[in-house]
Amino acid sequence: MTSPLQQKFKVNGPVVVTANRTTDGIVIYRTANGWSAKIEDAAVAMTSTVALALLKDAHADSVYAIGSYVAPVEISESKEIVPGNLREKIRQAGPTFELPVSG
Amino acid sequence: MYVYDEFDRTFVKERVNDFRGQVKRRLAGELTEDEFKPLRLMNGVYLQLHAYMLRIAIPYGTLSSKQLRMLGHVARKYDKGYGHFTTRQNIQFNWIKLEELPDAMADLASVGMHGLQTSGNCIRNITTDHFAAVAPDEIEDPRVWGEIIRQWSTLHPEFTFLPRKFKIAISAAKADRAAIRVHDIGLRLYENEAGEHGFEVMVGGGLGRTPFLGKTIREFLPKRDLLSYLEAVLRVYNQFGRRDNIYKARIKILVHEIGAEAFSKEVEAEWAQIKSGPLALDTITVADIVSRFQYPAYEALKDETEALESAKRDKQFETWYENSVAPHNQPGYAVVTVSLKPEGAPPGDATAEQMEKIAGLADRFSFGEIRVSHVQNLVLPHVAQRDLPELWRSLDALGVATPNVNLISDIISCPGLDYCSLANARSIPIAQGLTRRFRDLEKQRDLGPIHINIDGCINSCGHHHIGNIGILGVEKNGEEVYQIKLGGRSDSKAQLGELLGPAVPAGEIIDVVENIIDVYVELRKNPHERFVNVVHRVGLEPFKERIYAAH
Repeated sequence: MTSPLQQKFKVNGPVVVTANRTTDGIVIYRTANGWSAKIEDAAVAMTSTVALALLKDAHADSVYAIGSYVAPVEISESKEIVPGNLREKIRQAGPTFELPVSG
Repeated sequence: MYVYDEFDRTFVKERVNDFRGQVKRRLAGELTEDEFKPLRLMNGVYLQLHAYMLRIAIPYGTLSSKQLRMLGHVARKYDKGYGHFTTRQNIQFNWIKLEELPDAMADLASVGMHGLQTSGNCIRNITTDHFAAVAPDEIEDPRVWGEIIRQWSTLHPEFTFLPRKFKIAISAAKADRAAIRVHDIGLRLYENEAGEHGFEVMVGGGLGRTPFLGKTIREFLPKRDLLSYLEAVLRVYNQFGRRDNIYKARIKILVHEIGAEAFSKEVEAEWAQIKSGPLALDTITVADIVSRFQYPAYEALKDETEALESAKRDKQFETWYENSVAPHNQPGYAVVTVSLKPEGAPPGDATAEQMEKIAGLADRFSFGEIRVSHVQNLVLPHVAQRDLPELWRSLDALGVATPNVNLISDIISCPGLDYCSLANARSIPIAQGLTRRFRDLEKQRDLGPIHINIDGCINSCGHHHIGNIGILGVEKNGEEVYQIKLGGRSDSKAQLGELLGPAVPAGEIIDVVENIIDVYVELRKNPHERFVNVVHRVGLEPFKERIYAAH
């Protein structure tokens, strides 16, 4: 199996590197120098070289983060980073319905 | 109820301690994720979209009130206050933190619960009829055989690394309530012409990417030979099953490729070597396991015809009674299905409060016992008929008395893209939309039994291939679209559904299902002709015409 770091991939728009945090599994994003649970803190890559560098850093931190990968984002008119597909929207914002509430 | 012996209790506790050490080493960086993953999977711990998910086995679907209360406690303390009952008599918690998992597992182990055999390429949690031991159409309690298989399989050194996961289901009733034909092995316990009890053995059933119904490879297997025969089947699979391609690794592919007859010959040859060996079940061993099942001390009651007639003057009670109460094999008792499908809710979810209070109701009204069905509902299996009105009021107050059992809103759904890392599309919101569209219970009753099954990917945890209406979400150019199958069924006349036509967009799927129902109503010969029978009588054309003509 090819290592994710050796995979060739095209970057056709803004991307971020995301993963799950080892301690509790929550969704995290790679920042310029670490990780954040907020997508707005994510380092955005516009080229595959930058994306691969982010991914390499992420994989180097495999104690803190699991399953790092490159995910598409969009940059809104107000310059906000928004997840680029439904799966990433759900990862960022949670299930798309109200969760059961226990009394 | 089955009472674990000291060996099992010790084993589960040791496993928790092992896991605690493994988590500690993982968090300290001493174990990589690649090293840790198989260890966590052996304990039912997955990583999903938002968090870790813990899947806990409910062997053959039986829970004590103490265990259900503990599940409520785990939901409250370690999760977000709810859990999700699955289509394989398991429960899943969706928001568990890895660092807290060992504590949650220790709490579960204190009531004999665990996540063993809920993941990985092993023999999974054995499932059976949720009406086991109480159904009038049953010849004996299939859970005894489920437990025998569990004991044989849990630590079986030969079958820990099978080519792929392996699911076994057992039914001992005339009606198949356990979907045995879509399991790797389906066992139908019945009485032959000589009056002996034994198993029809079906092999190679399954859903997923390549759905098949199981093929009968032995018409009648004496009970004493159950384990030796299963061992032979598993050995043949372990030897010949493909390990080079995950999509072709299930036993169904092997049985399909070499044919049931050739497969059967291989099994018989292997079996001949071992059938008289240590796996032959002697009556003492079986009796010992039977003795660990505790059955209720039923009162000598008579059927409460008059009292029930009087209670049925309350129309709401009557509706619920007619829908959710099934006959019991003891006079004066009834079997109550607790619907976890209220309008607009995720199918199979129960809150901590509901779990705790249903546990309390089980103590008061059902000898402390609860069942979990593969249809994602709960069952109170031993309710005195005289208690039904009071039980109904309590269930209704908890929001779990919707009289929709087996009706169109009793939907089976996988978690889909809202939770699952394998999913391509959402399934729960489709279920919610359908229950809202068909909220009129009178209309639901008029439509009669209709089983809708929804999946968010081809792995088919929601069994869409065997839904009367099966819905499969797929992703196309970044959009969710839904394929529809019609005519599937999982009962004793099990059949796979047929694809209706091209997938429809998410925004249209609810309307399309309503159109399908309209066609059914127009074409049924009388109000008693079931949806699935109409589909088989008229074929797909009239439905296709209505759905696709306008496109």
